[in-house]
Amino acid sequence: MRILAGRGWWRGRALAAWATGAADRALPWAPGARTGGAAGDSWALDRLCSSAARKEKVDMSRFPVENIRNFSIIAHVDHGKSTLADRLLELTGTIDKTKNNKQVLDKLQVERERGITVKAQTASLFYNCEGKQYLLNLIDTPGHVDFSYEVSRSLSACQGVLLVVDANEGIQAQTVANFFLAFEAQLSVIPVINKIDLKNADPERVVKQIEKVFDIPSDECIKISAKLGTNVESVLQAVIERIPPPKVHRNSPLRALVFDSTFDQYRGVIANVALFDGVVSKGDKIVSAHTQKTYEVNEVGVLNPNEQPTHKLYAGQVGYLIAGMKDVTEAQIGDTLYLHKQPVEPLPGFKSAKPMVFAGMYPVDQSEYNNLKSAIEKLTLNDSSVTVHRDSSLALGAGWRLGFLGLLHMEVFNQRLEQEYNASVILTTPTVPYKAVLSSAKLIKEYREKEITIINPAQFPDKSKVTEYLEPVVLGTIITPDEFTGKIMMLCQARRAVQKNMVFIDQNRVMLKYLLPLNEIVVDFYDSLKSLSSGYASFDYEDAGYQTAELVKMDILLNGNIVEELVTIVHKDKAQTVGKAICERLKDSLPRQLFEIAIQAAIGSKIIARETVKAYRKNVLAKCYGGDITRKMKLLKRQAEGKKKLRKVGNIEVPKDAFIKVLKTQTDK
Amino acid sequence: RARAGAWAAAARVAQGRRRVEGAGRSPSPVARSQRAALYVHWPYCEKRCSYCNFNKYIPRGVDEAAMRSCLVTEAQTLLRLSGVQRVESVFFGGGTPSLASPHTVAAVLEAVAQTAHLPADSEVTLEVNPTSAPASRLAAFGAAGVNRLSIGLQSLDDTELQLLGRTHSASDALQTLAEARRLFPGRVSVDLMLGLPAQQVGPWLWQLEELLRRCDDHVSLYQLSLERGTALFTRVQRGALPAPDPERAAEMYQEGRALLREAGFRQYEVSNFARHGALSTHNWTYWQCGQYIGVGPGAHGRFVPQGAGGLAREARIQTLEPDNWMKEVKLFGHGTRKRVSLGELELLEEVLAMGLRTDVGITHQHWQQFEPQLTLGDVFGASEEVNRLLEQGLLLLDHRGLRCSWEGLAVLDSLLLTLLPRLQEAWQQKTPSPVPGG
Repeated sequence: MRILAGRGWWRGRALAAWATGAADRALPWAPGARTGGAAGDSWALDRLCSSAARKEKVDMSRFPVENIRNFSIIAHVDHGKSTLADRLLELTGTIDKTKNNKQVLDKLQVERERGITVKAQTASLFYNCEGKQYLLNLIDTPGHVDFSYEVSRSLSACQGVLLVVDANEGIQAQTVANFFLAFEAQLSVIPVINKIDLKNADPERVVKQIEKVFDIPSDECIKISAKLGTNVESVLQAVIERIPPPKVHRNSPLRALVFDSTFDQYRGVIANVALFDGVVSKGDKIVSAHTQKTYEVNEVGVLNPNEQPTHKLYAGQVGYLIAGMKDVTEAQIGDTLYLHKQPVEPLPGFKSAKPMVFAGMYPVDQSEYNNLKSAIEKLTLNDSSVTVHRDSSLALGAGWRLGFLGLLHMEVFNQRLEQEYNASVILTTPTVPYKAVLSSAKLIKEYREKEITIINPAQFPDKSKVTEYLEPVVLGTIITPDEFTGKIMMLCQARRAVQKNMVFIDQNRVMLKYLLPLNEIVVDFYDSLKSLSSGYASFDYEDAGYQTAELVKMDILLNGNIVEELVTIVHKDKAQTVGKAICERLKDSLPRQLFEIAIQAAIGSKIIARETVKAYRKNVLAKCYGGDITRKMKLLKRQAEGKKKLRKVGNIEVPKDAFIKVLKTQTDK
Repeated sequence: RARAGAWAAAARVAQGRRRVEGAGRSPSPVARSQRAALYVHWPYCEKRCSYCNFNKYIPRGVDEAAMRSCLVTEAQTLLRLSGVQRVESVFFGGGTPSLASPHTVAAVLEAVAQTAHLPADSEVTLEVNPTSAPASRLAAFGAAGVNRLSIGLQSLDDTELQLLGRTHSASDALQTLAEARRLFPGRVSVDLMLGLPAQQVGPWLWQLEELLRRCDDHVSLYQLSLERGTALFTRVQRGALPAPDPERAAEMYQEGRALLREAGFRQYEVSNFARHGALSTHNWTYWQCGQYIGVGPGAHGRFVPQGAGGLAREARIQTLEPDNWMKEVKLFGHGTRKRVSLGELELLEEVLAMGLRTDVGITHQHWQQFEPQLTLGDVFGASEEVNRLLEQGLLLLDHRGLRCSWEGLAVLDSLLLTLLPRLQEAWQQKTPSPVPGG
C-alpha cells in the first residue's frame, strides 16, 4: 500500500508543479510526505526539483531520427541491470548523483526485495556527444521469462540491447533466453560484462563464453563495474555507435506501439508508446487497432523516468500518452494506435495475454472476502495479464481462480497482495491448462469445438470421449557447473523431460536444453534444481506449445466417497506418486474420528494409494471436577460449534485445515 | 497440637463406615436445593510440580491464622447466601491442603457445622501429599474431622516422580499409603498418572499391579494433559522431552481399567475406580450436577443463592490470588469475583456432559429432575447421528436411561460433540409453554 500511496503522492505533486509553473519552484515540499517513503520517493523528490527547473515543455522536434537510439538492458537476475540503469541515468543528468540511486527504475517493494524487475519502466536520456544532442530511450524490460511476451514487445520498440553478464557468474539461463529474444528481433547486441571489480571476477572467461554461445567477437565486449561507475561512459558511446537509429517515417500517418501501460487513479491509463510513424500531440483523436475504440489524447510526454509532458512525440521516439482510457485492458501490450480516420496496418506480433499457470485463491477467513476482492481488483488494474474468475469450493468457501503468465508472476502477485494490501490468502497448488481433442460428436456439439481447454479438473472429459489429451510443454534452458550435470539429468528424467541439447559453454559449464511438461515445473522444480546444485544452476524456459500426454483423472476417496475439491488431473506415470503424497498429507491432517477412515487415491475404480486414519481410542478429559466444568463446557461447545461448520464427506468430518494442507502450494518459505 | 472441635468429636463417635451403593446414596429427606457439597481450596504448595497449572502459590511464609479466619468467614457467608441446610461432604483440595494445620481444617468444619447441618457421617476428604504427611499429622487431621484421604501418589517410579517435579519418592508414597490405610481403613484413595513422556505400557502396568497390592478401595487414573504455562509443556515444546504418545496412553488406559475391573473395582467414572462401595460422594455430587459451594482463593461453586432471594443456579469463582482474596473476605465476608447465572439449557448441558462421565450415566429419574418436559427419548431417540453412535455400541439408551458403553466412556468427548448440538436443537424446538389468554 505504501508504495502506491508514494507513487500517487508523487504524481499528484508533479502535476501541481507543472500546472502552476515556475512560480512554485521555491515552495518547500511537505517534509512529512517524505518520511516513510521508499528510497524511490526521495529520489523522486530530487527529480521533481530538477524537472521543475526545466520550466518549459520539451520540444521533441529538436531530436531528428538519426539522433535517437532506442535500447533495452537485458540480464539474468542480479547481474546488475538496474544498477547499470541507475548509472546511465546519472551520467546523462537525468537524475542527480546521490547515494540513494539504487534501482531507480524498480519501484515496487517486491522488485527491490527480490532483485527482479516486474514492471517495465522507461526513461528518456538526453545526452550530448561530440556536439550532438542525442535522445537515448532506455526501455527497461521485465526481467523474467514469465513476462517474455512483454519483453518481446518492449524489444520490438528497440533497435539494440545491452546484454549484461556478471563477470563472476558468467552466462546464466536467463542470459541465453534473453539473448535469443533479442537475436530473433534482429537487434544489435552489445555485451556488457559487469562487476569486474569483484574479487572472483573472471571477465576473460565470460568473454569466451559469449563468443562460444552467442558467436559475438571478443573485442565487442565492454567490461565495466556499474557499482563503481567504471567504464560506464563507453557503454553510452557504444549505444550511439553500434545501435542504429530507428527506421521510421515522420511524414506517414501515426503508427504507435503500446509496449506497456499503468493505471493512475486520477488520470486513468498511462500508455507507454513507441512511435513507428507519424506524430502525436494533445487533442489528436486516436484509435486502438485491437478494440477499435476512439480516444482523445489529453497529454503526451517523455518519461525521464517520471512523466514529463511535451508538445508532441515524433516517429522514432518513445514516451507516454494519456487518452481517457479507463482500464488497462484498453491499452493492451502490443496494440497499435493510429489516428482517427487514418487507419494503418497494425504492427505485427500482438497477442492477448495467455495465462499458463492457474491457482485458486481464497481468503483465509471468509469475512475478508470483500477486502480481498477489492485488493485483487486494484492489483489487476495495473496488470491485465492476470485473469480472474470467481470460483467457490465447498471446503474453502468463495474465492477466485486466477490465471498467471508463469510461476514468478503468481508469486509476485501474491506477495504484492500481502505486502501492499495486507491480505492473507490461501493459494492452492498451481495447475496448468490441459487440452482434450474430443471424439464424441455430442460433446463437440456441446462445446462447439473439437479441442477444448481444461482448467478445472471437474470438467475433465472421460477417455472414451476423447481422441487424445494434450499438455503444455516448455523448452527449458539449464546452465550449470558440470559437476551437477548427473544429478540434474536425473531430476529432469524424473520430471518426464526430454533432452534436446547439451553443450559445454566453457571448460566446466554446461548448457542443457530440455523439453519439459509445464506441469512438472510449476510446483518445486526450480527449488529442487537450486538445492541439488548448491544454488549454482540457473533455469529459464520458454513456451513450446502442447504435446500429447496420457492424462488421467485421479479421485481421492474417504471411506469410498469422492472428495470433490481434491480431484486432480495427472500424467499416468505420475499418478501413484502424486496420489500417495496427497493421501499422506491427508492422513497427517485429518483428525481421528470414532471410526477408521480409509483414504484412497483412485483412477476410475482402481485404487492406487491408500492410507488409514485409525479410530479414536481415547478422547475424554481425565480430570473433571467442580473447577474444571466451566472450562470443559466452553471447550466442548466451541468444538461442537466448529464441528457444524466442517465439510462432511460421507459421515467423515474434514476440517478446512486438512484441505488447506493438501491444496496449498507446498513450497512454503 | 490441633484441638478437635465439638463437631469432630461428635463425628468420630458417630463414625460408621458409610458406603455408597448403586447410583449414589439413597435420596436424602432434604430437597436438592437445600443440600450442597463444600469445597475448600488451600492455595499453597512447597514446590511447583512440572505438570500442574492449578491455582497455587509457593509462599515465603503463610499467615495461617489470617487464612484460617478468612476460610471460616467465607464458608459461613456463602453457606448463608446459599440457604443450604445440609452439607453432605467437604473436600479440602489445593494446592497442598495437607500443609495446612489440622487446626485450620477443624476450624472450617466447626464453622460449617455451626452454619448448616453437617451430619456426623458426612464425607470429609483431604488431599495429601506424601512428604507433608507423617503418620502423626494424619492422625491429627483425623482428629480434626477428616475421614477420607486422597493421596497424590502419581507414580511408583522415582525417575517419573522427578520428571513430574514431585517432592516425594515411591517409597515415601507407599509408606504414606500404608499409614493412611491404618488410620482411615477403607477410606483412602490414590492417584496414579499415565501417559507421561516416554512412559511405556509394560512398566506402567507393573506400577499399577504393585499399587493394587498396596492400595485401599479407591484408585484414580489420570492421563497427563500437557497444560500451557507448565514447565513440562515448555520442555516438550522445546523438544527436550518427547511429546506424550496418545496412542500409548490410550493403551495404558484400556489395559489399566481392565486390570482394575479384574481386581474387583467398579469404574464409576471416567478416571475413578472403587470397590466395596467406596465411591467419593463429594465428586459424585459434581457429576450429578448437585449444588456445591467453593470456598478459598480461586474456588468454583454452583448453587442457587436462595439466601439472597436468587432463583437460578449461579456459577461462581472466587478471587484467584490469596492476598487479594483475603482482603475481599475481610471487607465483604466473601471473595466472589465472578457470578454467572446458568440458563436452563446450560444446566442441562452440564447434566449431560457430567452425567455421562459416570457408569450409570443419566437415569430417566435424574434427567427428569432437571427437565420435566423433554424425556431423554424425546431429545436423543430420533436423531440419526445419535442412533449411529448407539449402533456402534458406544452409547446406550434404554429403560434405565442414557449412558456410555465401556468403549464409549473412553471417547466421551467425541460423543458429546454429537449429543450437545442435538440437545440444543431439541431445546430450541421445544414448544414454549402455552401462554394463557391470547
